[in-house]
Amino acid sequence: MASALGEASPNRRQVLAKAVIDALGTAALALGLAVPILALRTEQNISNELILQPRWGYVAVAVVGAFSARLVYLLLAAAGPAPRRRKLTVPSGWRDAAARSFAGIGLVCLVLYPLIALSLTGKAGAIKWIDNFGIQIMIYIMLGWGLNIVVGLAGLLDLGYVAFYAVGAYSSALLAQNFGLSFWICLPLAGILAAFWGVLLGFPVLRLRGDYLAIVTLAFGEIIRLILINWVPVTGGYAGISGIPRPTLLGLPFNASEEGFAAFFHLEFSPVHRAIFLFYVILVLALLTNWVTLRLRRLPIGRAWEALREDEIACRSLGINTTNTKLTAFALGAGFGGFAGAFFAARQGFISPESFTFMESAIVLAIVVLGGMGSQIGVAIAAVAMIGGTEILRELDWLRRIFGPDFEPTQYRMLLFGLAMVLVMIWKPRGLISFRMPSIFLTERRRVRADLVQEGHG
Amino acid sequence: MRAAQAPLLTVEHLTMRFGGLVAIDDLSFAAARGEITAIIGPNGAGKTTVFNCITGFYKPSGGRVLLNLSDATPTADQIDRLTASGARHAPIPGGELFLLERMPDHEIAARAKLARTFQNIRLFAGMTVLENLIVAQHNRLMVASGWTVLGLVGAPRYREAEHSALEKAKYWLDKVGLTERADDPAGDLPYGAQRRLEIARAMCTEPTLLCLDEPAAGLNPRESADLKRFLKSLQVEHATSLLLIEHDMSVVMEISDHVVVLEYGQKISDGPPDHVRNDPKVIAAYLGVEDAEVEEVEAEISNE
Repeated sequence: MASALGEASPNRRQVLAKAVIDALGTAALALGLAVPILALRTEQNISNELILQPRWGYVAVAVVGAFSARLVYLLLAAAGPAPRRRKLTVPSGWRDAAARSFAGIGLVCLVLYPLIALSLTGKAGAIKWIDNFGIQIMIYIMLGWGLNIVVGLAGLLDLGYVAFYAVGAYSSALLAQNFGLSFWICLPLAGILAAFWGVLLGFPVLRLRGDYLAIVTLAFGEIIRLILINWVPVTGGYAGISGIPRPTLLGLPFNASEEGFAAFFHLEFSPVHRAIFLFYVILVLALLTNWVTLRLRRLPIGRAWEALREDEIACRSLGINTTNTKLTAFALGAGFGGFAGAFFAARQGFISPESFTFMESAIVLAIVVLGGMGSQIGVAIAAVAMIGGTEILRELDWLRRIFGPDFEPTQYRMLLFGLAMVLVMIWKPRGLISFRMPSIFLTERRRVRADLVQEGHG
Repeated sequence: MRAAQAPLLTVEHLTMRFGGLVAIDDLSFAAARGEITAIIGPNGAGKTTVFNCITGFYKPSGGRVLLNLSDATPTADQIDRLTASGARHAPIPGGELFLLERMPDHEIAARAKLARTFQNIRLFAGMTVLENLIVAQHNRLMVASGWTVLGLVGAPRYREAEHSALEKAKYWLDKVGLTERADDPAGDLPYGAQRRLEIARAMCTEPTLLCLDEPAAGLNPRESADLKRFLKSLQVEHATSLLLIEHDMSVVMEISDHVVVLEYGQKISDGPPDHVRNDPKVIAAYLGVEDAEVEEVEAEISNE
């Protein structure tokens, strides 16, 4: 080793020179990219003229950043052969215990979350954390778990999941407005209607496979959105539907009135009560979705879904009616989407077609794919990371101090989404939690490696 | 022809055209109950197409595929009445008649009790060996789980059914020697074991007729000898009739009771193995002849 060090110094100089040259190349590339993207910005001045505003500072930051990142990377790589990563051989029983306890800890955290937020930030500050973070994330966890049935278990690529979310939201809003039904009656009805639409879409579509299925479901999502926009007498078009009744706790509304929740329990009225209540409602709904999914995986229907994802032809040769099996997956996934939609409508009190764009489908699908198709915990982690991450961006005011007052971190949301997806796909091509747990075992429950599990062909 | 056993499967004038290509041309044969029937023929003779027509994966262009799940031999009148009625199946005294060419594939497996394996093995690779065998018992478990409703609330009826499904899976695991690997993913098994598992999975559907598409392909001589014993035991112990496509002549000649030879979609020979083995047409077309004998064989064929 000593002799190797002695010989190293001329060698090291060579390495350094090479690294600098390489990094200069990277910097040139960054310059080439940054000039058209960052260097100039068009703005309107007071007399409505477009003026070009140079932003060479941004370009400089990008170029210097690329140069130094590349240099550091190369020097670190050259500093010696990367130490062999030791493989941790942990008995799988231990790992399973860890996974189980992780789910348990996660659940406890979710249950305690509103109280923690309340105690840390006080009544006024907690609303943001419970409503914007907690409820928002839980809605996406529930949507992710619903879509996981269709995409993760049955292997049917559905790009129009938001359609069922919209059906749930609008049907519950319309039922509430036209028939005066309360949230707790609208909720199951919305789920049933969404499931019905799932079957309706399923019948013609499920003969298609793979890309074709994806395209038709995408179109279905758009059709629903366009109907919501154009069927003005019923849906109100772009104006949407407002004044949707809020959920009550056993008939106690969350308002400042005499019969309200706060008055009943002799508490000082605070809007945070409703936020906490809504959080627990969506938590229970999401856990119901999870419980049903986990339970179904151990039933013949769930095994048939997974078998369908593995090999449809073999399924048919065993007497499994694949059309019915796909339809149940579609209907159930759609039903849970409908529940989430009804909850969304009641939480917002106002819905419009803008909440049900293709972007929503894409985000939910991204959550399922990032989490690891078929994995419940993976989907939950991905939802927390993606939705929580986006909301956190709103909080990062200190970034403005670096990039100037015009810098709006939330505008870079999609960029970061994309970056996160690329990174996860490099390191964990089958999602954060990519193994599959068998639904039944003889002696020991052993994980199935991701490379053996099929993704489904539609 | 041979009236020893009532035919279980009767294929009559089966024709399959793909555009202008006639893959099967007016093929008729019968597979008797309790027998092992082999379909052999050179590559591209249409063997797998026949299989796909029988098991419902293709809709034949013409012909009738009759499956008789009864103890009695159906009369011509009964068969004609079913054919004319347009129905897929009809009850007859002591059982039921099925017209397979009218039925979709999954219904053939579920109702007509006909199971199949595939030339390129089709296992659920990402599911464990045990799960593969449980999925095969889907329909019975589905009924027991009250179409999921009873199963969701954990009804005892479903738990009993799942237990007996597990027992059956264990029986077949033991039978094909895969008990040790029950909790491993099916995709991790070696090739020979995958072939055995696929047969075990088909047997878990309790078929009356088991159709095997080249079960000995890719097996070494020892595995192939084991397979022969195994198939024989299916026939004897489980009263399963077998229909198999096979290229391995040692398997075909040793275990089958009846051999059908296809060439270019047409039947060129039909009978017990000894008859087929000595049939000059088969020798000429399928097994090949030595150059010196070509004229002699041709003369013999033209004399017929």
